[in-house]
Amino acid sequence: MSRYVIKRLLLTVVILWCAGFVVFTLTYLVPGDVAKILLGPEATEDVLVIKRAALGLDQPYLVQLGRFMYNTFIRFDFGDSWVFSSSVMAELLERIPRTLIIGLSGMIINVSIGTILGIIAATHEGKWQDSFVMVIAMVFVSAPDFFVALLLILLFSLKLGWLPAYGIDSWTGYILPIISSSLGAIAVNARQSRSSMLEVIRADFVTTARAKGQKESVITRKHMLPNAMMPIITGVGGGLAVMIAGSPVIESVFSIPGVGAYLLSGVNQHDYPVVWACVIFLALFTSFAILIMDLCYAFLDPRIKAQYSRGKKVKG
Amino acid sequence: MSTNKEVFLSVKNLEVSYSQARREVRAVNGVSFDVQKGKTLGLVGETGAGKTTIAKAILRILPDPPAKVKSGEIFLGGEDLLKKKEEDMLDVRGKKIAMIFQDPMTALNPLMTVGDQILEVLLLHNDYDKAAGMREAGRMLETVGIPAERYAEYPHQFSGGMKQRVVIAMALACNPELLLADEPTTALDVTIQAQVPELINDLKMKFGTSMILITHDLGVIAQTCDDVAVIYAGKIVESGTKEDVFDHPAHPYTLGLFGSLPDIDSRTSRLSPIAGMPPDPTNLPEGCSFHPRCPHATDACRKGQITSREITPGHFCACIREGGN
Repeated sequence: MSRYVIKRLLLTVVILWCAGFVVFTLTYLVPGDVAKILLGPEATEDVLVIKRAALGLDQPYLVQLGRFMYNTFIRFDFGDSWVFSSSVMAELLERIPRTLIIGLSGMIINVSIGTILGIIAATHEGKWQDSFVMVIAMVFVSAPDFFVALLLILLFSLKLGWLPAYGIDSWTGYILPIISSSLGAIAVNARQSRSSMLEVIRADFVTTARAKGQKESVITRKHMLPNAMMPIITGVGGGLAVMIAGSPVIESVFSIPGVGAYLLSGVNQHDYPVVWACVIFLALFTSFAILIMDLCYAFLDPRIKAQYSRGKKVKG
Repeated sequence: MSTNKEVFLSVKNLEVSYSQARREVRAVNGVSFDVQKGKTLGLVGETGAGKTTIAKAILRILPDPPAKVKSGEIFLGGEDLLKKKEEDMLDVRGKKIAMIFQDPMTALNPLMTVGDQILEVLLLHNDYDKAAGMREAGRMLETVGIPAERYAEYPHQFSGGMKQRVVIAMALACNPELLLADEPTTALDVTIQAQVPELINDLKMKFGTSMILITHDLGVIAQTCDDVAVIYAGKIVESGTKEDVFDHPAHPYTLGLFGSLPDIDSRTSRLSPIAGMPPDPTNLPEGCSFHPRCPHATDACRKGQITSREITPGHFCACIREGGN
C-alpha cells in the first residue's frame, strides 16, 4: 500500500512537470508583445528592450522554458509579478487558504447534504420525497453558479441585510460564496447518490441482510451505502476539483482575494508568473484530490486494496 | 402419510403477484403445503414457476413494490406470519426461519469480511458480546469446513463453493427451526454440487432443522427430501412423499419431468421432453395451466378449475384424469 502511495506521489511530480510545460508554452505562444502591454502604448523602443531583457523575454524559447522549470521545480520560486513586482509565491500562499476554505467547506456540505438527499430519494423511490429532491436537484444542476450567487446576494444581502455581499472582512463573508459554489455540486451529488443507491437497493446481499432480520436503517447504513459509495466519492472528488478550478467566477462575484481571482487578474494583465503559479497550484490540488479519492476506494473496497498492493493497477 | 406427525409450517392458499408496467404477473396462485417438524420438503419446478417467490413470501422479504401477497396464510407455530408486524418479523428472520440463497457470488456483501457477515446475524439474535460472537462465527465456519482463521477474509478471496458454505453457515448460525434453501447447488459447478446437499443433510441432522428445498434438480430432491411438491405456473400440481411422487408419479407434468431425465438403465436413444414453453404468467391459460402442453388434455381441462384430489393417502394430484398414469 505504501509503495502504491509513493508511486502515485512520484506520478504527481510528473503531472506537475507536464502542467508547467504546457502552461508555460501556451503563455509563450500567446500573440502580442508582453513588454508593450505591460508598459503601455507610449513606451519607447529603448524602454521596451530594457523591459524584455529584464523579464528574459529576449531569450530563445528553450532557454526561457529551462529557466522557468528550474526556478519553479528546483528553487520553488515563481519570481516576481510582472505587474506588481511582488513575490508571486508569497501572494499565492496568502490566497490559498481563502480558496481552500470555500472549496473544502463546500465539499463537506456537499458530502453530508447531497448524499443524504440522494439516499432519501432512493429509499423513497417513486414517492413524493423522491420527486421533490429530484426536481430541486434538477433546478440547481441547470442553474449556473454565478446566477445563483447573484440571487443569493439579492435576497440575503440587499433585501434582508443578513450577510455581506462581498469581501471577507469577517467570517460571515464566506457563507454566501460557500453556498453558491456548492449548490450545483450538491445537486449533482444528490442525483449520483440516488442512482448508485438504487443500483444496490435490490442487490442480493441486501436481501441476505433482510433475511438475517436486520433493521432497514442498519441495512441502508451498513450494507447499501458502503457499496454505493464508489461513484459518490468519484463525484464528490471531481466536484471539489471543479469547485476549486471554478473559483475565479465565484471569487470575482464576491470580490474574494483567492487563487481564482488571482489567476483571473494574471490572465487579464498578461502577468504570466501569476498564471503559471495558479495553474500549477490547481494541478497540484487536483492531483492530491484524486490521490485521496483513490485511497478512499482502497479503504472502502478490499478488492481494490488488493489490486493496489499487488501493484497491478495504476489509476490516474 | 403425514397424519400423526407434527406440522411445523403451514402455508394456505398463498397468492403472490408482481405488478409490471400495469400488468399483473401472477407468480404464485393459491399454493398450500405443510412442512413437518424435522422433515424436508422439496419444491420442484421450472425456472419462473414461483418457487423462490414462495420462499421469500414466507420470510416476507419480497420487494414491495412490485411484489404483493394478495391472499393466503402462513402459519408458523400457530401464528400467521403475514399478519405479524414488521418489527416482530425481524425476530423471525434469521432466528426461526433462515434462508440459503441461490447465488453465493452475489449473496454476500463484498465489502464485509465473511466472519463479520456471520457475526451480524449472531449478534442480532443472541446476547453475545462481540468477542463471544466472533468465536461462535469462527466455530460456524469450521462447521461448514472452512478454517476459522479465514474469518477476516473477504468474499472475493473465496471460491464459489466456499462462498456457498459461508452462506450456509450464515443461515445456520442461529439454529433456525426452518431453513429455506433456494437452489443451493445451481450456481456451483458439478464437482462441488454433490457436496452441498451432503453438507446440508449433515447439518440438518445435527441441528434437527426442518427445511424447504427449492430446486429444479430431481436428483437433489432424491438425495435430501422427505416430501415433494411439484410446482407449475405458481400452483402445486402434485405433492406427496418422495416415494409417492418418484415411484408413482400421477400428474402429466411430473411424468414429463421424469421423462426429460436420462435413465441409465433404459436403452432409449432420445429423451422425451415436455413440449412447448411454460405459460406467460401475465396471461395464464384458463382451466388447468398445463393443458396447452399436456398430451392428455380434454375440453374439461380447458374450462373449469382443476382441484387437487387425494389419489392415495397423502398423495395429491391436480389432474382430472382418473388414477394419473
